[in-house]
This record gives sequence, structure tokens and C-alpha cells, in this order.
Amino acid sequence: MSEAARSQAPGSMDSAPLLETSGLTKSFRSLVALRDQAIVVRPGEIVGVIGPNGSGKSTFFNLVSGFLRPDSGSVRFDGQPIERRSAAEIVRLGIARTFQGTRLFKALSVAENVRAAAQLRHPSSMLDALVGTPRLRRAARRVDAITGELLGLVGLTGRAGVRAGDLPYGDQRRLELVRALATQPRLLMLDEPAAGMDAAETRELMDLVDRIRRRFGVAVIVVEHDMDLIMNLCERIQVLAHGQTIFEGAPAEVQAHPKVREVYLGHA
Amino acid sequence: MSAPRGLPRGLLAGLAGIALLALVTWLLPQLVSNYLVRVVIVMCINAVLVASMGLANGFTGVFSLGHVGFVAVGAYVSGILSLSAHAKGAYLPDLPHWLAGITLGFLPSTLVAGLVCVALAFLVGAPLMRLSGYFVAVATLGFLIIVNVVLINAVDFTRGARTFTGVPLETSLPWAVGWLAVAVAVIARVVYSPVGRRYRAVREDTIAAQAIGLEVLPVRLSAFMLGAFFAGVGGSLYGHYLGSFSPAAFYLAYTFTLISMLVIGGMQSLTGALVGVVAVSVASEVLRNLERGLDLGIFTVPPLYGASQVVLGFILILVMIFRPSGIMGDRELTLGPLVKPRQEGPGREIKR
Repeated sequence: MSEAARSQAPGSMDSAPLLETSGLTKSFRSLVALRDQAIVVRPGEIVGVIGPNGSGKSTFFNLVSGFLRPDSGSVRFDGQPIERRSAAEIVRLGIARTFQGTRLFKALSVAENVRAAAQLRHPSSMLDALVGTPRLRRAARRVDAITGELLGLVGLTGRAGVRAGDLPYGDQRRLELVRALATQPRLLMLDEPAAGMDAAETRELMDLVDRIRRRFGVAVIVVEHDMDLIMNLCERIQVLAHGQTIFEGAPAEVQAHPKVREVYLGHA
Repeated sequence: MSAPRGLPRGLLAGLAGIALLALVTWLLPQLVSNYLVRVVIVMCINAVLVASMGLANGFTGVFSLGHVGFVAVGAYVSGILSLSAHAKGAYLPDLPHWLAGITLGFLPSTLVAGLVCVALAFLVGAPLMRLSGYFVAVATLGFLIIVNVVLINAVDFTRGARTFTGVPLETSLPWAVGWLAVAVAVIARVVYSPVGRRYRAVREDTIAAQAIGLEVLPVRLSAFMLGAFFAGVGGSLYGHYLGSFSPAAFYLAYTFTLISMLVIGGMQSLTGALVGVVAVSVASEVLRNLERGLDLGIFTVPPLYGASQVVLGFILILVMIFRPSGIMGDRELTLGPLVKPRQEGPGREIKR
């Protein structure tokens, strides 16, 4: 995994965009879930997308990760259009995601969850498995090494053999995070990572995300409901409401902006 | 786990396994009656079929009811191929020339039957493996019905609903045991490899599987095709065991039997499939003897024909209520070297 670490300075503004969406529009029947959305994420940058429920955050998320197709607009990753690619292809290109409320392989062990993702970059075929080729053994060693390293990173080494569904909620979150990381992404997308967590757990999670970003040089998009998490973690924030972008800027600007206060913070 | 030790040990275990099987197949007929040998042959054939059914149904989570359709195709394809020229002339006079001219041995015709089923599984699976849950069960049941209707109507090839006969009785105990060993070894190697990990990932959660870069369709399709290969092989074994059969032999009743074996044993475990076969086979043999009636001296149990099916149904219901994941669940018996989970690092076994 270490060779995957990249040396780019996080968030340097002069580098070419890693992810760039423009005119992104998606409706469900008569409801426009996202209209004309545009965002630029540079390598190593950490960007927040916030907005109240139904503002289009999840739609944006699913459009970029390939689980939805846009009605119009484009998604470019590393310069190439990906809006027609399948979700699996997009992961192979280097965008990994987590899910709201986690989606682990619950009946599999903790280590198996990570291995299943890590073997994307170290594949072996049915023939390899039948014959027991050197390639199979080499891949297995690499996958085990990556799995060991990532489980260590989130302190789950001792629970490698536990059924993933039996982990406490916070650990499930962390496991899902490293499972996404095991696909060796250049862009990591986190869908409401702090949902259901208390303040201490949230802080711990923020530290982890920041550590991961620095260590592996990945860019991160956090879609969040929780204002505090976003404010402390992100370098730039885009605010959505009713499917439209209403503001984009640094955390302090977002907090100060009257329109954001009205729409998002509202009557808090 | 380490490579230098792994290979010779695996080879040694394999040789030991083969020696053991050879001993068993030689010894068994000396020890027990012909009737019991026949029961064991059928058990081996069923084990090939149930283990291969478990590959798609248990490990990738595609509940197919069409497995017996492949078994039927395997039985007929291999039967047509291995029928002697004389028998072909007598029973299938309208067979096309290119087919009427060839007679293959047992092994080649079995392999061809398996490969025909693989091709068929590709054609059937490509549209069907996109479905999940009940939809795939219903759609694959449709496949079974189509196969049945085609067999009944392709009179030139199958004699229709009449008995297809003259198939050489080649399925001896060594053949049955040998093919079972091959099926178990192949399925075990695949299931406990990175390929099998992909199967389980797709079974657990198709959305999450896509999020780690897996395309659901090809993953499921490969399991379905490998399963169909052994369904075809098992069909050939069964055909060459019976010698005469009709499309009705490979239909709903047989589907029910195989599924109850799989479900009772545990769908997510290879050894579970084998346990299920043994459990159901023994139970139904015992019940079949009982249903003829019993004379216990003091009182007599009158014959209750059909009771074995009823009891089997009840057993299935009870297992579903009290042990819904089958006798074995997703665990494996690891007595034999052939079924030991392979190349898995620490953490494969699940602590509970």
C-alpha cells in the first residue's frame, strides 16, 4: 500500500482537477433532485458537500460513484468522462465510496471484508485458483499484507476474525472506511460518515479521515449533515439546497454567509 | 500458507485422498450388499449435483431452481452420444446423420455433456443472473419447464415422453466416487479462493460488491456456469446409471429432492451439501423400507405408500424452523484434506 502514497501537497490549487462535474442534473419523475451542479476537487484536497435532507447531496454522491446516471451534465475524473461508466468501473478508475449507515458484508469476517476489496488490485482468476499458480499465492500475500496494514490503521487487528455484522457500530464505520481504502482510490467519498455517532466518536473519525488523507494522498469528499464535522475537516465547502448550489467557499465564509444561515442553519 | 511447504503437502494430501477413495471403492462391494452399493452410487451422483447447486445457490446467493434442467440436458446429451450405432438405429432412427454416426465413450460423452451445459448456462444465465431473490427462482423454474417441454417434443433426439433406453450402464462405484472427488476438489478450490470471496461478496450485498469494483453479472455467471458443468456431468452419471429414463425423471420431484438436500445440509457450506445428501438419502432409504409396512410381531404397521415423501417434507419444514441455515450453516467440516479451506490467512474462520 505504501507505494500508493502520493507526494502531492494536499489541496494545492495549481494542480489539474482530479474530479470535475459540470451541469450535473438529475430528476426523479417530476422532482428535480439535482440541478446544474458543478464542483472541482483537486488531488489530495478535502471538500465538504452539505445541505438539509432532500437537498441533492446523496444524488450528487450516487451520480459521481456511478450508482445513478445523470440526465445531463458531465463527470470527469482525471480528465476522462465517467458519467456513463458502471459503478464497478469507477472504483477501478480510483473512486471509492462508503454508504450512509454502512453496507458491510455482514456475514463475512472483518478481514474478509477488507480482502475482498484489496484483491481488486491483485486479481486472480478461476484458473489460478484451480491450478494454484504462483500468481495466486503472490496475490494472496499482497492482499493479506494490505489487509493487515489497513486493519492496524483502524485498530481492528485483534478483531480480524470477528463477523463484521457483530462489530459495534463505530467499528463497522471504520471497517467500511478501510474497505473503501483497500481498493486504492485517489478519491474517497464518504456519505454521512458521522451519522449516529456521538461527539467523541465524530472527533475520532475526523482525525482518522485526516490521517488517511495525509498518509495515502487521497482526495476526500465528505457529504454531511453534521455542520461541525464539515467545518473542522474540510478546506472547502459546497452548500446545496433543493438540488441547487447556493454557496461555495471556505468554512468560515460558509458559516458567515446569510443565505446559508437562512437555508441550512435556519432556525438553529 | 507458505508456498514451498504448501505444494508438496497438498500433493501428498491429494494422493492420500485418491488412495483412500480407491480403497473404499474396492472394499465396499466386498463388505456390503449390491443394494447398498447402488445406494452409495446414487448418493455420490446426488452429492455431485447438490455440491454444484450450492455453488450458485449458496455461495453467490442466486437461488436457482433450474439445476435439474442442466441435469436433464447432461443425461440426454451424453446418452445420445454414448448410445451404440445399433441402439441409435433401433431407438432413434430419425437422428441426424452426423449424430447417428458417432459413438463416444463414457468419459468423453460425460465431458461433452458438461461443456454443453456450460454453454447453455452462459446463454440462460446472461439475462437471468441480473435478477435477484424470488425473481431468479421463478425465472430459473421457467428454464426447467422449457427444458422439460423441449425434451418431450424433440422426439427425433429423445423419443419424446417415451423412455430413452439403451444407454450403457457404465456408472460404477469408482466412476461415481471419482467424479465426486473431482467435483468436490474443484468446487472447494474455487470457493475458498479469491474467486469464492467474490462470490460471497456478491451474495452478501450486491451494492457493496459494486462499491469494491465487482461487476455482479460476470461473478454470478461464472459460478452458474461452473455449477452447470457438474450438473451436466452428474446428469451423465445418472443416465449411465439408470440406462433408461424419461424427461419426467428430471423434473420437479427431483428438483425438490436436491433442494431439500442442499437446504437441510446448509447452502453456504460445501461439506454441508454433502452432509445434506447423506442425511436425506439415509432418511429416505429407511423410510422407503418402512412404508412397505412392518411386522413387529405384537402389532403390524400397515403399508403407508408415499409416507417417505411426507416425512421428508416435514423434516425440511422442521429444519427451516429450527435451523434455517441448514445443519452446517456456513461452516465446513475440515476432516478431509480436499475440503480444507485453502490459502486463507488468519481471520477466515469466524469466531462467534
